[in-house]
Amino acid sequence: MNKAVIDPTPTDWNGHIMQKRIASRYAAERRFKAMGFMAVALSTLFLAFLLFTMLGQGLRGFQRTEIAVEFDFPALTSGATAASVTGPNADAALNSMDIPGLVELAVGQQYAGLGDSLLTSAAAANVRQMLIDNPELVTSKQTLWLPADSRLDVAFKRKGEPAAEKTVAALSEKDALRTGFNWTFLTGADATDPSAVGIWAAFKGSLMTMAITLLLAFPVGVLAALYLEEYAPKNRLTDMIEVSINNLAAVPSIIFGLLGLAVFLTIFGMPRSSALVGGLTLALMTMPVIVIAGRNAVKSVPPSIREAALGIGASPVQVVFHHVLPLALPGILTGTIIGMARALGETAPLLMIGMRAFIPAAPEGFTDAATALPVQIYLWSDEVNQGFVEKTSAAIIVLLIFLLGMNALAIYLRNRFETRW
Amino acid sequence: MGSVFSGIRPILVQGGNVKFMTGTALLFLVLGLGLIGWIVGRARASGFVRKAKGGPRGTVNSLPYYHGWFVAICAVVPALLFMVIWQSLSPSLVTNMVLSAPIAAELPQDTFARAAILSEARAIAQGFQATAFQDMSDKLVPLYKGALSYYKWLGVAATLLLLFAGGAFAFTRLKPDFRARGKVERVIMFGLLVASLIAIITTLGIFASLIFESWRFFSMVSPFEFLFGTDWNPKSVVTPGADNGYGAIPLFWGTIFIGAIIAMVVAIPLGLMSAIFLTQYASSTVRKWMKPILEILAGVPTVVYGYFAALTVAPAVRDFAVMLGVSNAASDNALAAGIVMGVMIIPLVSSMSDDSIAAVPNAMRDGSLAMGATKSETIKQVLLPAALPGVVGGILLAVSRAIGETMIVVMAAGYTANLTANPFDTITTITVQIVALLTGDQDFGSPHTLAAFALGLALFITTFFLNYVALRVVKKYREAYE
Repeated sequence: MNKAVIDPTPTDWNGHIMQKRIASRYAAERRFKAMGFMAVALSTLFLAFLLFTMLGQGLRGFQRTEIAVEFDFPALTSGATAASVTGPNADAALNSMDIPGLVELAVGQQYAGLGDSLLTSAAAANVRQMLIDNPELVTSKQTLWLPADSRLDVAFKRKGEPAAEKTVAALSEKDALRTGFNWTFLTGADATDPSAVGIWAAFKGSLMTMAITLLLAFPVGVLAALYLEEYAPKNRLTDMIEVSINNLAAVPSIIFGLLGLAVFLTIFGMPRSSALVGGLTLALMTMPVIVIAGRNAVKSVPPSIREAALGIGASPVQVVFHHVLPLALPGILTGTIIGMARALGETAPLLMIGMRAFIPAAPEGFTDAATALPVQIYLWSDEVNQGFVEKTSAAIIVLLIFLLGMNALAIYLRNRFETRW
Repeated sequence: MGSVFSGIRPILVQGGNVKFMTGTALLFLVLGLGLIGWIVGRARASGFVRKAKGGPRGTVNSLPYYHGWFVAICAVVPALLFMVIWQSLSPSLVTNMVLSAPIAAELPQDTFARAAILSEARAIAQGFQATAFQDMSDKLVPLYKGALSYYKWLGVAATLLLLFAGGAFAFTRLKPDFRARGKVERVIMFGLLVASLIAIITTLGIFASLIFESWRFFSMVSPFEFLFGTDWNPKSVVTPGADNGYGAIPLFWGTIFIGAIIAMVVAIPLGLMSAIFLTQYASSTVRKWMKPILEILAGVPTVVYGYFAALTVAPAVRDFAVMLGVSNAASDNALAAGIVMGVMIIPLVSSMSDDSIAAVPNAMRDGSLAMGATKSETIKQVLLPAALPGVVGGILLAVSRAIGETMIVVMAAGYTANLTANPFDTITTITVQIVALLTGDQDFGSPHTLAAFALGLALFITTFFLNYVALRVVKKYREAYE
């Protein structure tokens, strides 16, 4: 057996010191990997938490609490017939019935001592609509389910004010409460009473704004992308265009709002808080996104396509519009949808041009005062009334569904139509 | 109405429904006639082709539809240009016509009173306003009605005349050897150039409007007070020389504190480590699923983040502060806004880091691994130092994004200017104050409104600078490894 030579250099991998060192290096490796995993997990958890919070609160916003109210129509209306509330004179007949008074009377008789504001302010309009839909109701005794006041709504769904809780308990005892689907939320407009609000007006405003944005940003963005990729000579002007586009893509959105305020509203005098101005402002913001996506899509079309087209006698314009553009279109569309999704969720520039007004009816034209879905969310989030919390979350759910849908569509288009050259 | 544009109200406002509708109708008429021009031009060129079939080949220079486009462009483009010019010209023509009437001599000499009466009469004539608040306006209404309809019909007639003249001119030029394609393609090239120039025009428009309004602001409030003052409590009436409460230092600090410090403390470690984990450690399945999930974070609208921050995060942070024994914790504290903003920025930092780590040549990584370094040692000592410029560029972009972010801070941070480093205290930012200053019904020329533009200018210059440096750094770095 040779005399053991102890090597002083730390290359003895089985030695105690080296083993310890390797162990600590591997521990550091595991720690590092765990940190990476934690980072991804934390981000995902945050997203999940956000979505669950919104879902948890928002789903209640699609529901409403209804109270059973018994109407003795023959007695209340002193013998109105189904024929009298139909036909051309129905409006006048219904007006002369004084439905708000009827509702108050019926509630007062049935739930005496439970306070005077059991129903939401829109209840009379609901009764009126029911009578128009089904005139036969007016000939007999009927039990109608009418939406409850916002305080009771809050108290029935979760915890509300003590007084409202007491009323709810009393009503539940009589079996006079139920939960129904809140159609008003999908068809209505902004209101001061949270049980009567709806998102249709804001949604229509968003749609109109997006229409203007798409109409302006898409053609301009595509044409600019084609020019920069296919024709632009290398000179100062082209450099300036490139710097502008890259810069515009990163300018804070609120700055575009200031531009809209100073130029579109003050200099051009366009109508304040209209979908037209909102669309113009968002178009300026979306255009650079489309240009950048469009340039990448045009760049990925292989030169052989262009050369082949040129070779059989196409002019440069024909090459681009007959061959390059159709091949690049899926990529351009993907970029456009992503840009539009960003514009749909944008709030700050719209606040600048005055789309924060109280809009109690859906806009009819592009120059009418309008609001947009994200702005409506912002406005409702500012309300003190407890009833608005679930409405805000419900509106957020609608907005998120649309944004995620648009992004999914973009991904689908990319996978379905993108050609790998 | 005392809103922002009470004094100035040209074109579309007065247009509103009545005039805008006729404008739309005219637009569709012009486009429809253009379509007819296209069909007629193409039909004529098809005739050339049929005739040429019997004769020598190649006598028709361009395909028939190019002739059609030539006719349509000649007819529609001048007419549309005229419509745009007429829209901006006709209001002053209408006013001149009204003022030239004898009754206008009774108008007050004072410019503001005069403008108020004129604008009211115009609004009534167009059916925006039912009754007049000033007696004088009523007398002017019929005059306005006459002038408006006179110039409207004049504009319509001139537009149509121009359209037919252009179409007829183009039609007479159609011949078998007419080079329609060359002409049409020149117009297309011009259109492409104009579309690209819109980006420059927008940039210049932003810059010019911010500079102009800021200059008006600084003629009321000294730039020295704005840039170095520490008291932000803007007064609506300013006295030159005195302290007007327009010291923006607390806003600059608040913006940096929330956007560049708190948000980055959250976003840089999480974003960088996510990128490292997903590119270096995760299996391809995990990567395929987790990347889009992280991208959803970037797709959530900021108003949703703001609502979440205000409703859920801020109360939690305040409870936490109270637990720690911080007595003056505010419900609209800086920490909640900063944390949520940081989460919003994670995907940006992550994807920029991802790109720059992927750009490091594989030879460097392989060399390090071959020397016996562990993966984490390779990442920390080889990949990250090599990718540092790209990562820094990404972080600069993220900072620029964070300080320009509006809704999260508007909803979750406070409105009180506070020069403090306590994250549990309320603090305000540039963007919050822009929104606050423009809320309400001030006149456009009021110092409040103009101050918003001065703040906007400061924000624009900062973000422009950050973006420019970031893009330069990233570009230089890419070139280094190419």
